[in-house]
Amino acid sequence: MCLAIPARVVTIEEGHMASVDIMGVTRKVSLDLTPEAIEGDFVLVHAGFSLQVVDEQYALETLEILKSIPDFAEDEGIALEGA
Amino acid sequence: MDLSGFRDPEIARGLIDAIKATAAKVGHVKLMEVCGTHTVAIAKNGLRAVMPANVTLLSGPGCPVCVTANEDIDVAIELARQPDVIVTTFGDMMKVPGSYSSLAREKADGRDVRIVYSPLDAINLAKKHPDKQVIFVAVGFETTVPLIAAAILRAEEQGIDNFSIFSAHKTVPGALAALVNDPEVQIDGFILPGHVSTIIGSEPYEFLAEEYKVPGVITGFEPVDVLQGIYMLLLQLAEGRAEIEIAYHRGVMPEGNVVAKALVEKVFTPIDADWRGIGVIPGTGLGMRPEYDAFNAVKRIPVTPPPPKEIKGCQCGEVLRGITLPYQCRLFGHGCTPEHPIGPCMVSSEGSCAAYYRFTDYGRE
Repeated sequence: MCLAIPARVVTIEEGHMASVDIMGVTRKVSLDLTPEAIEGDFVLVHAGFSLQVVDEQYALETLEILKSIPDFAEDEGIALEGA
Repeated sequence: MDLSGFRDPEIARGLIDAIKATAAKVGHVKLMEVCGTHTVAIAKNGLRAVMPANVTLLSGPGCPVCVTANEDIDVAIELARQPDVIVTTFGDMMKVPGSYSSLAREKADGRDVRIVYSPLDAINLAKKHPDKQVIFVAVGFETTVPLIAAAILRAEEQGIDNFSIFSAHKTVPGALAALVNDPEVQIDGFILPGHVSTIIGSEPYEFLAEEYKVPGVITGFEPVDVLQGIYMLLLQLAEGRAEIEIAYHRGVMPEGNVVAKALVEKVFTPIDADWRGIGVIPGTGLGMRPEYDAFNAVKRIPVTPPPPKEIKGCQCGEVLRGITLPYQCRLFGHGCTPEHPIGPCMVSSEGSCAAYYRFTDYGRE
């Protein structure tokens, strides 16, 4: 039930509402909880409300780190075999 | 924004290798995924099957519908039986059995019970039906509470006087404290809920690491996210650390959502809450402040349901505490299935039993 789906803010409208694009589907959501959201931002949508502006930079950095984990683990594994 | 990397099989394979390498450095460990959405993600993606033999993933109490006490469901049902009332709720709540009935059965009997996607839909319904009382039966954790608070404030601002909330909300950290204090329960690390933490941040979990030396990692919901969370937990265990870390950085700030927390604080105040299977945990419920009595369904329409009774044979409570695995319950698959659920863990799409039943080759685990 705590599912929240990333959506792109398309237009900001009256009364703290916004039209967002969720994988091609347009929905109206409230920005009451993320007043800082601007058009073009990605937000996490839960039950008709935006919960959080998604940090794209963090997302990309995380993926970069994760891609390098196998090498790191291998190094660790080798180091530990000797221990 | 391209987030498809969080479903990338290549990255997932790398993480699985890293998990195996790290798990080799620890003994048998039990990790609990607290959140029902994680339970579904783990089951759907078959992640239990790729875990090393010494890593057990337990499902926790993080399915709001499952932990709702019969008594609260009975109140919702009683509200639906009142004249000139429309009861609205999230879809998951419909089929959950209370002591004597369910909202779905009440609807079949002619009561006006409707599923809505958002409390804003309930407000719109109230505007459309000024002659009816529109009640939103609100279950959920910290993820959901702020938007209920926001909806109440919107209704107040718009002068809507036929909309109210029955609040059966619960908060997560106190339940985790109850689990680590339970001698029957053994948990070596927590896969902490991503979207609850979007709201509350990481600070409310710090006591787990500081007082109980149990590590936790706030984790997202894509397969790669979940594997990353498990990997980070195993790293902590292998290195003898106990910290609260955030893996789901793109959706969680350490301080949480400050605006949302302020709205919750404005409308709600902590109360004791009865958790199915766990019992009453002090301070883990959220009641509405007296200033908002006009929007409090049970203040507007006081109801007295008959005394609650438990469902015979159902082990949902033990499952929620990680003591019993779903398929160890005698009813699982024998009379209790998602089509004909007996207990709440099989009803909710996020219930551990439903997730195991639908996605897991449970017989062979």
